Amino acid sequence: MTKVVLPELGEGIDKATVSYWYFQEGEKVNEKDDLVELTTDKATFNLPSPCPGTVLEIFFHEGDTVNVGETLAIIEEEQ
Amino acid sequence: MQFKVLDLGLIEFKAAWQIQKEVFKDIKNSRLKSALILCQHYPVITLGRQADKKNILLSENELEAKGIEIYEIERGGDVTYHGPGQITAYPIFNLNYLKKDIHLFLRQLEKVVIDLLSDFGIMGLRYPGLTGVWIGKQKLASIGIAIKNWITFHGLSINIKQGDLDNFRFIRPCGMDIEMTALEKILNANTDINDLKKLLIHKFRDTFPISAVGGSAFGGGSRNVPRLAQETSLV
Repeated sequence: MTKVVLPELGEGIDKATVSYWYFQEGEKVNEKDDLVELTTDKATFNLPSPCPGTVLEIFFHEGDTVNVGETLAIIEEEQ
Repeated sequence: MQFKVLDLGLIEFKAAWQIQKEVFKDIKNSRLKSALILCQHYPVITLGRQADKKNILLSENELEAKGIEIYEIERGGDVTYHGPGQITAYPIFNLNYLKKDIHLFLRQLEKVVIDLLSDFGIMGLRYPGLTGVWIGKQKLASIGIAIKNWITFHGLSINIKQGDLDNFRFIRPCGMDIEMTALEKILNANTDINDLKKLLIHKFRDTFPISAVGGSAFGGGSRNVPRLAQETSLV
């Protein structure tokens, strides 16, 4: 299982808001597919899937605030 | 940082949006390092990801009758208006070559506009939490970007001609009750959009010099940057 973690986004940025999930729980993703879009200030940014697999669990939903380093979702890697 | 300049002239928003996506793909696939797209748009209202449709004050039919299109797009921010009297700049920049810092990039875009204004003796202002460039309490430039794979798209628009300001009354810009202003209103004189575009390119080069790895959003850039960037006009 691979965690999708909110990475460092720049100096002084400690959180972002989930604005769009491209995939739902149970759906298959390819590595580097756009997985989730987040927003900070006047910018949106996309996190790609770190691996191919299935979205096992999503912990933060659209409108939720996520801190840098927190896990957004878990991907069950393809065998 | 080396970037290719594309001047699209006066172009419909949708067509320029498509060109942004094509240029983005070229950068993602390493066929191009970075690019700066400049253009003016036919009247259009765009809604960013944080947009509330209540901030559009006319119905779609009323806007259509006025020849104003509406698009929901993937940039950050609320609602804004674009028209032919603005310069709209889309820096499709690969932050992997600069610094992976979203807020720094926003501040650098503000700096580009502030530097341009300073050439006219005008002091552009930043207000924390109110991204954009302001003249006193009036807003001159709006910013809203998107980032994928640390490559930026969408960008900024600067109000130049006064004629376009009227159309801002159909929206609450950025979801706020603010007054917009334009460069020519402040100068009380006419300007040439093409000359301003050339100046803007220089300000981008100063803020994002070829040697840049990171760059500053606040200090002055090098004035002696070698002019290696290619310039292409599609007009």
